[in-house]
Amino acid sequence: MTAVPVRDAAPPAPSSAAALKVEDLELAYLVRGIPRPVLRGVSFEIRPGESYGLVGESGCGKSTTAYAAVRYLPRNARITGGRILVNGDDIVKKSGDELRRFRMHHASMVYQDPGAALNPTTKIGPQVIEAFTVLGQQGDQAEASALAALRRVQIADPERVLTRYPHQLSGGMQQRVVIAMALASDPQLLVLDEPTTGLDATVEASVLDLVRGLISETSSAVLLIAHNLGVIRTMCDRVGVMYAGKIVEEGDAARVFERPRHPYSVGLLQALPRHGVRKSQRPLATIPGTLPQIGTPLPTCVYVDRCPLATDLCREVVPPVVEVGPGQWSRCHHVDRIGEIQAPQPGTGQAVTAHDELTLEMANVSKTFRSSGHDVPALVGVDLQMFDGETLGLVGESGSGKSTLARTILGIEGPDAGSQITLGDHDLGAVATQRPSRDKRQIQMVFQNPDSALNRGWSVRNILGRSVSKLTGLRGKEVDARVDRLAESLRLTQRHLDLKPRQLSGGLKQRVAIARAFAGDPRIVVADEPTSALDVSVQAAILNVLAELQAESRTSYLLISHDLGVVRYLADRIAVMYLGRIQEVADAEKIFQGPNHPYTEALLSAVPSIDGEERTRIRLDGEVPSPANPPSGCVFHTRCPRRIDGLCEVTEPPLAEVEPGHLMKCHIPLEELRRLQAERKPLVVEEQTVGPIDAV
Amino acid sequence: MAATTTAVDIRSERAKARRESRAVLFRKPGFIIGLAILAMWAVFAVAGQAITPYDPFNDFAKGHLPPNPEHLFGTDRLGRDVLSRVMIGARDVLIVAPLAAILGVTAGSLLGLIMGYYRGIVDDLVSRVVEAFLSLPVILVALLTLVVLGSSTLVVVLVVGILFTPIVARTVRAAVQTERQLDYVTAAKLRGESGLYIMAREIFPNVLGPIVVELTVRFGYAIFTVATLSFLGVGIQPPSPDWGLSVSEEYTNMISGKWWPTLFPALAIASCVVAINLIADALQSVSSE
Amino acid sequence: MIRWLLRRLVLSLITLWLLATIVFVIANVLPNDVGRTILGPFAPQESVDALNAKLGTDDPLPEQYVRALRNLVTFDFGNSFQSGRPVIPLIVAAIGRSGLLAAYALLLTIPIAIAAGLFAGRRRDRPADRAIVLAGLTLSSIPEFVIGTFLVVVVGVQLRLLPVLATPPPNASIVDLARFLAMPALAMAIVYFGYIARMTRAGTIEVLESDYIRTATMKGLTTGQTMRRHVLRNALVPTVAVIGVQIGYLFGGIIGVEKIFNYNGMGQLMLFAAQRKDIPVLTAGVIVIGIVYMAATLAADLIIAWMNPRARAESGR
Repeated sequence: MTAVPVRDAAPPAPSSAAALKVEDLELAYLVRGIPRPVLRGVSFEIRPGESYGLVGESGCGKSTTAYAAVRYLPRNARITGGRILVNGDDIVKKSGDELRRFRMHHASMVYQDPGAALNPTTKIGPQVIEAFTVLGQQGDQAEASALAALRRVQIADPERVLTRYPHQLSGGMQQRVVIAMALASDPQLLVLDEPTTGLDATVEASVLDLVRGLISETSSAVLLIAHNLGVIRTMCDRVGVMYAGKIVEEGDAARVFERPRHPYSVGLLQALPRHGVRKSQRPLATIPGTLPQIGTPLPTCVYVDRCPLATDLCREVVPPVVEVGPGQWSRCHHVDRIGEIQAPQPGTGQAVTAHDELTLEMANVSKTFRSSGHDVPALVGVDLQMFDGETLGLVGESGSGKSTLARTILGIEGPDAGSQITLGDHDLGAVATQRPSRDKRQIQMVFQNPDSALNRGWSVRNILGRSVSKLTGLRGKEVDARVDRLAESLRLTQRHLDLKPRQLSGGLKQRVAIARAFAGDPRIVVADEPTSALDVSVQAAILNVLAELQAESRTSYLLISHDLGVVRYLADRIAVMYLGRIQEVADAEKIFQGPNHPYTEALLSAVPSIDGEERTRIRLDGEVPSPANPPSGCVFHTRCPRRIDGLCEVTEPPLAEVEPGHLMKCHIPLEELRRLQAERKPLVVEEQTVGPIDAV
Repeated sequence: MAATTTAVDIRSERAKARRESRAVLFRKPGFIIGLAILAMWAVFAVAGQAITPYDPFNDFAKGHLPPNPEHLFGTDRLGRDVLSRVMIGARDVLIVAPLAAILGVTAGSLLGLIMGYYRGIVDDLVSRVVEAFLSLPVILVALLTLVVLGSSTLVVVLVVGILFTPIVARTVRAAVQTERQLDYVTAAKLRGESGLYIMAREIFPNVLGPIVVELTVRFGYAIFTVATLSFLGVGIQPPSPDWGLSVSEEYTNMISGKWWPTLFPALAIASCVVAINLIADALQSVSSE
Repeated sequence: MIRWLLRRLVLSLITLWLLATIVFVIANVLPNDVGRTILGPFAPQESVDALNAKLGTDDPLPEQYVRALRNLVTFDFGNSFQSGRPVIPLIVAAIGRSGLLAAYALLLTIPIAIAAGLFAGRRRDRPADRAIVLAGLTLSSIPEFVIGTFLVVVVGVQLRLLPVLATPPPNASIVDLARFLAMPALAMAIVYFGYIARMTRAGTIEVLESDYIRTATMKGLTTGQTMRRHVLRNALVPTVAVIGVQIGYLFGGIIGVEKIFNYNGMGQLMLFAAQRKDIPVLTAGVIVIGIVYMAATLAADLIIAWMNPRARAESGR
């Protein structure tokens, strides 16, 4: 079996002059002096006015590609081959000063975490003005340009913003400022690296709307990196799917998302909980194996070790670039067999375990923090029930009190006096230390970040063993037996048990954390963003495992997630929170069908869809009010597009049952909401299966 | 069969990891130089009079002979061979300084663990006292205490060790506070572990790295401090050939050109503290990698 | 901001009280006979008793403690056991001389150390950086009196460039003063060079890796513009903090330096007072040095708040 090192032919190029043309880019990171290849011949181009998205899981090289495009690379990065042409100019060859001029006039960048992208010790004014003075503008002119730039990114009252420091602005405002600076030079190339990651859904939606509007006005070529495929789908004309430092498929965004033609793209897209799929219908598709280690030699197809279609041919011959549709190509020997990769069949899902037997009841639960002499209510009069074997999804933006609610149930935070939490037939102690071990055993947690949740000094066996013996009271051999059973049900091997967490992949670590939560057969498991630190293919496996465990053990889940696809897949009922108050509770399908509370409506419409459906976006005005100083009446009235003046700001509506099993906190009658929201398209889209190639 | 192979694999994997980090350490020139210098002084201190050219205590030649082929470093005011005295001059300080460092780091780690874990009232109160101690230079407080208590080896160890305690406590406290925000601590609380268990079994192993680094850093400062105290006359006492003490006994003669009984012990002090700091620096950069 | 300042002042007062208590405890841990120490082993017992009664050192401990605290409040620490003169003027004169020396040392070291730190941070891991880091590490780990010794031997005795003793003639001109104090100041400056340069380097490296420097680079600013407008202010925040702390700790190292160069400052005063168990001088000295430390760290924090509006916002809460 000898690999034939064939230099692959350049992919078919879209005609006309490209604003950015990356040719066969090879890049390596020096790790202790040894070069580890990260990009293995990346080629693509973006025309003026076009937006191009790069997708792929962490470690695939998409960010490295983006930073290489403006040559802002870490000190240990070495470009070992290829060219990066911006308007025909090779920036790999540019000297320091040429590079500076290139960045000044021709390229700009917007990144994740806008708070860090602004100098914390300088006011916004000088920072924005500087973007114009560097282009040669003088004092007054630059200031006028700065004001105009802030207006262009729809910042109200730009004069005032100029006198602020970055930390005095919200995340959405900060990102607008960064965007304003990036557009100052009217660049030919605009690189956006996860521009809305970390922003709340409604803020993300408005920033995306803004960016879409701005790039349609300019002739910039836009390179967008986002792990959220919905963002890519709604923003980009074309996409490239990257795996292990290579683009494996490229094409028109809608086509690639609906008719992927590379086994990796197919796997990635099938792993997503999309098209309204639920745990009762089928498990999510997963991709076997793990990403190759950085620097592994992959002489032929980069995906061969994980590909369900791989044959000896794939290990011996570099796959050709195959045109699979208008402007769409795939780097695969077996594009004709793509249809063989099928998502699990409908009807293979988990049995519904939700019952109407009450497990946990919260009555009038409030939690007030004290911060420098002020009361900050994080939870206000929450009434909520959890039933046996159900998953209750908890959604809402940051600061809505989701996590505080979870921590209160767990006893990490003690609720205010007058709150009552009942587990089965008895009241729960306010904090975990006051609860008998029987109660501690009943309620356990899966954390967002397994690196933080697992003690890095302990082996997996010790982590699980200690939880088992502490929670169940078992000793000796019985503990070992139970640890083995837990490991088995989470598909951890004996070998994994002897390793330390850092020796495991992210997905395996999260399995360990889940196994630990299940050590004492809990009745309730709180899962706070259990998959948001994981890649899509790993997320699918974790969601499947959670659904399986629930079917076996009839454990109830309290699931907190900002990803509505995840919530929809796993949750039986959904509660929506805003400013520490429950706004709406209903069955999951009811929530997605509507009619909804206006806040839920806005939240649902803010999610960028990977399924490409057209929706009317409900835009929310203003910022989330400070919990320390909540608005009068209905707390949502300051941002509610359906507010009834004279009523909503005066009287707080009760959380009332508007139809069986559907609770809502709104003055507007249900039928009125139904009529108002009628034009909204239903969110259920029929699941499509991948068909044979219809146009080559 | 399969299980045994795996166990062996893992053991060898861990041993490999240990070997690798040791190899990284030994690739750092600073670490090797530091270790060599320190080892040299330790060997001299242990071998003692067996290898010194002259009897460092009772061999009185002519006073203040400049360096010459017979007395390479010259003689001191009483005519004792400076080279011989410098060679064994590390004896006391190499006992006192490590003991003081160990005492300070042990006590400081305990205090830091408690302060970092329990926050609230305990932390506030202890922090106040620690702050008060930290607002005074160590040398000054040590000087005061040693004058009152009298300088014996034990007292010097105790005083320097206790004065290092708040400094170590502050470092360890910060590390513990970072750890206790991690979710594994929450998980331990959720399964009902006691505070003592969480501190000792969950958090302590994870702050051991910074504590080891702190130990080497404190060792360096202990030599620094003991040498200074000896120079001020309240550290190691005559007739020890201790370097700081020798400088103190001879420095007034520098003005009249008799610099050798002062310079050589001073160089020895410098070499010793620099050696330990090179080691500490290498450890620090390895543990942060 | 005002609230924060008030809080700081209250905390400082508590610290001062703790300091007075610490000194009182240290001075009284062992039953020691102050009168005997002052008068020597051969003085008749009656004189010793009389002296103790006069000094109040035979009063019960609680009474002495209350007196110590009253002294703290009135800032009057009585008379020196040794010379019989009031303590405060003695200390004020000594701290003036030490302050002069310390200011000289800081003036020498701060600009060079900051420049070296910035330079090293920008050339991270290159030979120039390694050299500065190694030099800083080495120099800051050597005790002040050892550096002083080297300076005396090399610069004073062998090269005869500078006077060996730091005892300027009375009414010396500023130039003479600068010459006489050069060596002791240099001895201290060399030790502090390492601390300051290393901190500046670390701050510079952290800032250079930050996202906002990427923003500045992408705007097309030159390296000089980036350093001036975006790096400097942010990178120097930790340096200011370290200088504040080091000013307080100057009074540790200064004891050895003053002894080597026979300079009549705070260090010598404290050393003599310690040897003679002159409790009033020691107490007052410790309190004054504590105040200097607190003032220096407070000043540093204020400068940091001025430099970094985010720190200002946080301290305001």
